Formats: sequence, structure tokens, C-alpha cells
Amino acid sequence: MAKLGVNIGKLSLKNPVMTASGTFGYGLEFADFIDLNELGGFIVKGTTLNPREGNDYPRMAETPSGMLNCVGLQNKGVDHFCKEIYPQLEHLDTNVIVNVSGSTLEDYVECASRINALPHVPAIELNISCPNVKAGGMAFGVTPEGAASVVKAVRQAYDKTLIVKLSPNVTSIADIAKAVEAEGADSVSLINTLMGMSIDIERRKSRLSIGTGGLSGPCVKPVALRMVWQVAQAVNIPIVGLGGIMNATDAIEFIMAGATAIEIGTANFIDPAVTIKVVNGINEWLDNHGVKDVNDIVGCLEV
Amino acid sequence: MKKYILDLRVVAVEHPREGYALLKLTNDEGALPEMVPGQFVEVKVDKTEGVFLRRPISINRICREANELWLLVHAVGEGTRTLYNMQAGDTLNCVLPLGNGFTTTHPAGNKVLLVGGGVGTAPLLAYGEYLKERGVQPSFLLGGRSAKDLLQLDLFEQVGPVYITTEDASLGEKGFVTQHSVLEAEHFDAISTCGPKPMMMAVARYAHAKGITCEASLENLMACGLGACLCCVEKNHEGHNVCVCKEGPVFNTEQLQWQN
Repeated sequence: MAKLGVNIGKLSLKNPVMTASGTFGYGLEFADFIDLNELGGFIVKGTTLNPREGNDYPRMAETPSGMLNCVGLQNKGVDHFCKEIYPQLEHLDTNVIVNVSGSTLEDYVECASRINALPHVPAIELNISCPNVKAGGMAFGVTPEGAASVVKAVRQAYDKTLIVKLSPNVTSIADIAKAVEAEGADSVSLINTLMGMSIDIERRKSRLSIGTGGLSGPCVKPVALRMVWQVAQAVNIPIVGLGGIMNATDAIEFIMAGATAIEIGTANFIDPAVTIKVVNGINEWLDNHGVKDVNDIVGCLEV
Repeated sequence: MKKYILDLRVVAVEHPREGYALLKLTNDEGALPEMVPGQFVEVKVDKTEGVFLRRPISINRICREANELWLLVHAVGEGTRTLYNMQAGDTLNCVLPLGNGFTTTHPAGNKVLLVGGGVGTAPLLAYGEYLKERGVQPSFLLGGRSAKDLLQLDLFEQVGPVYITTEDASLGEKGFVTQHSVLEAEHFDAISTCGPKPMMMAVARYAHAKGITCEASLENLMACGLGACLCCVEKNHEGHNVCVCKEGPVFNTEQLQWQN
């Protein structure tokens, strides 16, 4: 058994495997299939200060090796999370991380500070990269200045581990990563979904209610891997890698490219028990290759 | 109800009509999980180009003695065509049981009308059998464009009276299910419906006008089937988006925005 524990800021993970926001509900939806305590952590769905209905149906289109979604951050708001969901999660022996989103700087700050008050939520993932909301969301995440402004404001209100989730829909993701590192982010996670479309030619209409959506699944993995590798060259803070991870081999690719931890997203829809298989698969690979500690292969890629 | 991921073995495949496959599945590891009619299964479609997600399929029949679960599949796309071509001995990876089923609390002696259209009749067979076993009296009102769209009629007839409409008058009364004479001739205590959405909405309007409780089983496009991805939403009566996979797929139609 290799050593699987990794650190992200002040956060200790028992292994590098987490789940991606919006693909794992509040974890409880998966409790019949896996022991949540065996995960390094899980990131609950995007939470905003006020409740959001999200976008109209249809919100999903299957694509070759992936899917598009335009859910649009449907959630019942941060107070609902604190009162109704948190009590069901606080006893868990894993890291419960909240993905925080907003439309204005004030919303981000207020939402983050309410999460800051929850003793058993050791970190937030700041979502400055949702492609499916009109105001805020990705708008903050597509320029270094915009990204820096949110991180600066939230950093003042939030003293635990701050992970910033980056958008791939930018010219230089490394520049955005450097900007959020400079404002005190403890980590960056990448990538959020790639903006895409799908058209029903018989109806001459988009398959998604708002026209565009975010692409996820194995089809985005090569792009995600390239971006993790580029960001790893640019920053010193730990990276959380995600984008199309379906199995342990994919996860190890991200770790070798420079990710200290990884998130599994869309794969949870195909196999609700995939996360545990990835934990076991990483361990097995390390053992088979005589690697004593997963940290020894983080960023080991030689180009 | 606890959910499972199981590799079920295909015992037999029948083709009740052209384009439809009835998959009879069993669990070689033990008894099939507890489940109720109206719930569904997310099945994994292997080795099919263009298919990435699981396919949600309603429970057609639960045979406890034979330890069999029946799924009725209409081959309409690449995924369902692969399912259609499955053979006895193949394995189908299933996540089940998912969602909430039809009402299980009807008092014995009540008369319940089950209204189905097309392949949407599939879960009504399981539900009719369930009701009959508990002393409730199910009747079936089944509609299709033509006689060839109506499935498993012999099985429905063993459970209760069957009333039929077809648009081309090839079987039963001509027209839509909501035009059938039995709706005027008989009284029903409750209605459950599954089929094309316009049909279900018409049935819901009929039930609303008559003051009869009505529930409908929806099949919105979904990814996870677990309430995690929030893709399969329907607007409820309060204007909130609710997941068909988790809050449904069976809804009391008064809880949806279907009255207008």
C-alpha cells in the first residue's frame, strides 16, 4: 500500500480523489454505491447566496464521448445548504468542500463568509468559470483582472483553504492562474467545461434551451491535461486536475502533468462507484511500479 | 429504497412487435432488489459509437418467482438499437431501482384506470399486476397510432379489462385515449398514465375536470438518474424546477403546470 495522502493548502486529503461540483449532488445521492469516507473529498454542487432556478429544460445533450449541459447553477441558496444539507454531512470523515458561485463580488463574498462559519467545511472551490449563467460566473474568470478581483475580495472574508476553479474558455489559462495565485488563492482547479453546442437539424434548433452549454466527459481530457500541464509550469500552488477522468490511468496522467489531486465529474453518471475504483487503481499502479508515495509522481512528466 | 449497481444476465429476448425488444433479466448473485412499479433502471449500453450515457428504461414487469425483471425497449436510436440486438446470455449493467413509483396506497376495491400510449404502456403492466395482487381493480386504456403500436395486449388482458383506441381505427375505437367511450360509461377512483407528453397532458386535463386523482410518469432527457446532474427538470406547480429522476418519474399531475 503506497502512501496516498496529499495536501492542498491547509487541507489534508487521505487520497487525491475528489468529485467535481455538479456531478455528485451533495454526496448523499451516491451513498448507496460507495463509502463517502473513502474519498479524499467531495465538492458539492454550485452554491449561490440566493436560490437559483437555473435554465429551462432541455439542459443536456449527449455528444461523442461526452455531454453538454446548461443547468445554470440551479440550487436552493447558501442558507438552505447550511440549515438542511450541512447537518447531514458534518459527521463524515472526508473533506466536504463547497463550490461557491455568484453574480456579483458582494454575492461571492457573502456566500463564502457564510460557508466560512461551518466548522466541518475546510475549503471552498470558488467558481469563476460557469459557462451557463448570464451575469458573473465565467465573466469573472475570463480575464486575469476579473479573476483577481473576486479572489482578492473573497480572500478577505474567507480564511480556510481557497481553491479557484478556472475556465478553459480563455486565451491563456496560465495567466489567469498566476493572477489568482498572486491574490492568495491556495490552489487552482481546472478545467471547468468547454463551451459548446449541439444542433437538431430536423427542428433547426439547439438541443439546449439557452443555445450553448458546457462540454464534459472524456472528449475534453486532452485539452484539460494540456492546461494542467501549462498551469503547472506557471504557478507554485497545488493544482487540482479535472476534465474527462474515467479511470485510474486518466487520473495518473493528470497527476504526472502536475495535479496534486484530481476530481471525477461526468464519469459518476456512467458508473456511480467509479471514484472508489480510481482510488484503488491509483494505489495498485503505485504498488506495481514500486512508487512509495503518490506525491513522488506529481508533475513528474518530462517533455 | 436502496440502489444497486448490478450485472444482470439476459435470460431471453423477445420481439413483441417489429422494432421492440423485451429483455428478460435475472440476477445470478441473488434475489433482485426491492422495487416498485413506476421506478426505472439506468442501463449501460456497451460498445456503441455515439453512446456515452446510460439509458433510462422503465420496469415492465417484476416476476419474483422467476427472479426476473423485464424491460421493454423501443429501438429508436443507437443506444436502444444495441439493446434491441442483445442476446440471451449477454450481461446488462444496471443501476436500480431509481425514482419514485406509482401510488401503492389505493384501498382494495378501488377502481384505477391505467392509461398508456406507445411504449409508455410498459410500466403499466407491472403496476396493473401490483394493484390486482392487492385487491385493487385495474383497467387499462391503451392507445396507439395503429394496432401494430400496441404491445403485450395478451398480458394486459390477464390483469384487467382492456380498452383500446387507435388513430387509424385498426383496433378498438378510433381516435385518442381521451375520446374513448369508457371514460363516460364508467367511474374510476384514480388514473395513472404513461406515454407521449401531449397524451398525458390531455389525460391530466380530463382528470382535473372530473376531479379524479391523476399521476403521470415522465421521461425527460436525463444523464445520471440519481438527482445529481439536474438535467431532467420539469416545472412544478410552484414554478420550481424539480428532477424527474429523483422527485419523479411519477408525479401527481396537480403538482405540475399541466392544467392550462
